[in-house]
Amino acid sequence: MTAKKLSSPLARVTGIFFIVTIVCLTFADLTVTTVDPWSEFGRLASGLISPDFFSTDSLVLSLAYTLAFALLGVLLGNLIGFGFALLFSFRLIRIFCAVIRAVHELFWALIFLQLFGLSPITGILAIAIPYSGIIAKVYAEILEESDQSPLEVLSVNTSRASTFLFVRLPDAWVQFKTYSMYRLECGLRSSAVLGFIGLPTLGFHLESAFKEGHYQEVSALLIVFYILIATMRFWMKRQFLPVYLILSVVILPWDTNFSASNILRFLTEDIIPYPMRDNTASMMDWVHLLVVTQAFPGMLATLQLTMIALFATGILTMLFFPLISPLFFKMKGRGIGHVFLVIIRSTPEYILAFILLQLWGPSMLPAIVALAFHNSAIIGHLIGRYTENIALRQDSVTGINRYFYEVSPRIYRPMLALLFYRWEVILRETAILGMLGVATIGFYIDSAFSDLRFDRALVLIAITAMMNICVDAISRLIRSHLRLKTSLEYK
Amino acid sequence: MNILRATAFILAWCLIIPAGSVKAERKFVFTAIPDQDESKLRQRFGKVALYLSKALNLNVEYVPVKSYAAAVTAFRNNQVQLAWFGGLSGVRARNLVKDSRAIAQGKKDPFFETYFIAHKSSGLEYSKKFPKSMAGMTFTFGSKGSTSGRLMPEFYIRKAFKKSPQEVFKRVGFSGNHSRTVALVQSGAFQVGATNFKVWKRGVKDGTIELNKISVIWKTPGYPDYNWTIRGDVDRSFGSGFSKKVQQALLQMDDPELLKSFPRKGFIAAKNSDYKPILDTARMLNLID
Repeated sequence: MTAKKLSSPLARVTGIFFIVTIVCLTFADLTVTTVDPWSEFGRLASGLISPDFFSTDSLVLSLAYTLAFALLGVLLGNLIGFGFALLFSFRLIRIFCAVIRAVHELFWALIFLQLFGLSPITGILAIAIPYSGIIAKVYAEILEESDQSPLEVLSVNTSRASTFLFVRLPDAWVQFKTYSMYRLECGLRSSAVLGFIGLPTLGFHLESAFKEGHYQEVSALLIVFYILIATMRFWMKRQFLPVYLILSVVILPWDTNFSASNILRFLTEDIIPYPMRDNTASMMDWVHLLVVTQAFPGMLATLQLTMIALFATGILTMLFFPLISPLFFKMKGRGIGHVFLVIIRSTPEYILAFILLQLWGPSMLPAIVALAFHNSAIIGHLIGRYTENIALRQDSVTGINRYFYEVSPRIYRPMLALLFYRWEVILRETAILGMLGVATIGFYIDSAFSDLRFDRALVLIAITAMMNICVDAISRLIRSHLRLKTSLEYK
Repeated sequence: MNILRATAFILAWCLIIPAGSVKAERKFVFTAIPDQDESKLRQRFGKVALYLSKALNLNVEYVPVKSYAAAVTAFRNNQVQLAWFGGLSGVRARNLVKDSRAIAQGKKDPFFETYFIAHKSSGLEYSKKFPKSMAGMTFTFGSKGSTSGRLMPEFYIRKAFKKSPQEVFKRVGFSGNHSRTVALVQSGAFQVGATNFKVWKRGVKDGTIELNKISVIWKTPGYPDYNWTIRGDVDRSFGSGFSKKVQQALLQMDDPELLKSFPRKGFIAAKNSDYKPILDTARMLNLID
């Protein structure tokens, strides 16, 4: 009996990931280093319930900037991504898109800061570039999976352009629109987080307020941010879009000047490995330092944390989805579940990790909890919605038995599909959390940037991107091995 | 199609506006490293900008930055022409920008100090000799690019133990700024930390530091630190003698309300060579290539 069970591929993959997670956990640093984390938590909690909307220097303006960066970044990403999607049959384009989306927005922003300084171009491109890589992939999949039957009734001499414009595009357009809305929500989160490294968005003030322990201000900033995202569907109307875009362009502070010579210098000098610029320095030392003392330990910690966070996300998802499932709770109870999940998934994991780091100190624990909560809130939400379409027998069991024997087996497959789909996202975030002090590769990238050693920073970012692409490939293999399919709205 | 037209229009704007604004009225921009209390930076340094505007008879603006590196980068890229740097960030900036000069420093800056501070539960007490018993505890620096919060404490740690801080301590953190270092040690998040003595003294005076929880365990010998550094090309772009005028304005700043932002009692003249010891130390610790 046992042997038969283990031979199920789903169980086997779960088992392998379980063992890997246990191994990673035994080497993980999970201590709470703060002497008295609860007193700080008490201060945070009391601040959160008494928000102060007037202590931030320019709350309204930074809110407007957050929106402006997101709108322009996502629009530009959409346009470029759409263009790439049309050319997605070319291998080179596919690889290019994989590379640009493997680098996190924050890393892009750190690079663009060197090129354009605090000009709005930095923020817009930091969002637009990785997003265009993601959008290209998703749009290409939409076009591929779109209904092929209209093609069969076309007359033979229909031009390729009209086939595309009048047959394939209309079918995919609705899905493009839905997906763009989702991307805009992500864009708002990214835009807010960009403030942490100096762009004038909500994150700028959020970081300062947190660092100084001004929790009433933190509360106000978070509330404004949640309202912005929660009301998106009311203010984001197509007919208003041109107005929003023009306003965005008008309000952004374009007066930061930058020169072509800065850009040229960055590309032709700064990023060239130092020993190649200065003959007295040894190339061996440079490579040794970079690989042995930074890249290698950074990669190990990143992978370790990613695996633990992935498994924890799976477990939390199984706990979270019933909260909003009609199979388990009535209307009222689900309402509370929805609010809970919305709040966690609207909080960028970067901010969640930042909060927990302040409370618990810099071990892997805050990062794992932040990643697992944020991602399981997203997947839990989707799975919860999925259960709405599960029809159980009238006389089916209820409570705990329903959970284990009726529902769990039905949702396990889609849950794994989503989990593996987000594996790469979790890895990208894990790397970035290093900038907050967790020992992942982002820590070394941040150090390289603060030492103004862009040659090292770029090598480390490239390594991070490679890792990401590998994980994405492994995830795809596993998904096809298990025949897991992710339908569009879940991407 | 409306959307497409609007998009094209906007993209055109995106290109025109930045191109046009480069030629806009010359303004003189400065920044300051975010070395302590980062709230209301714009409000506090806005007053300094106002003072400089009047003194120089020119539009002076302050740009807030999030990190030491961002301050250096903005200076290097000529997005700011003047900056209030730490010793290390100043040396880095002047290395990167030809002919840039340190023109002023705080009255205390030629003899700046780092205080090693410890939580009471660590059992460490003040001593004249470097307290080697801190080995094996948890330790936090300030910003990765700070002189008093990183460079000098790391130098003395390496000198005492002949090992890197990561090897000496159980855990090494970077708090981000000096007031944060104090807060983290006071809350017990870290047992030991290294902070700027100015920030410490002000905290004791303000009462934000609770001396029953946290105390100074060691003081470094003096070293040169903070400085105002100006780009070498300002005389060309703002008129000859401009950097002299800026230096005068800084040296004459005597409003305690303005000086509080730094916090200094006043500024005195400085020159690049004053910071040679910092450059040498940074090279030794391999923080500058």
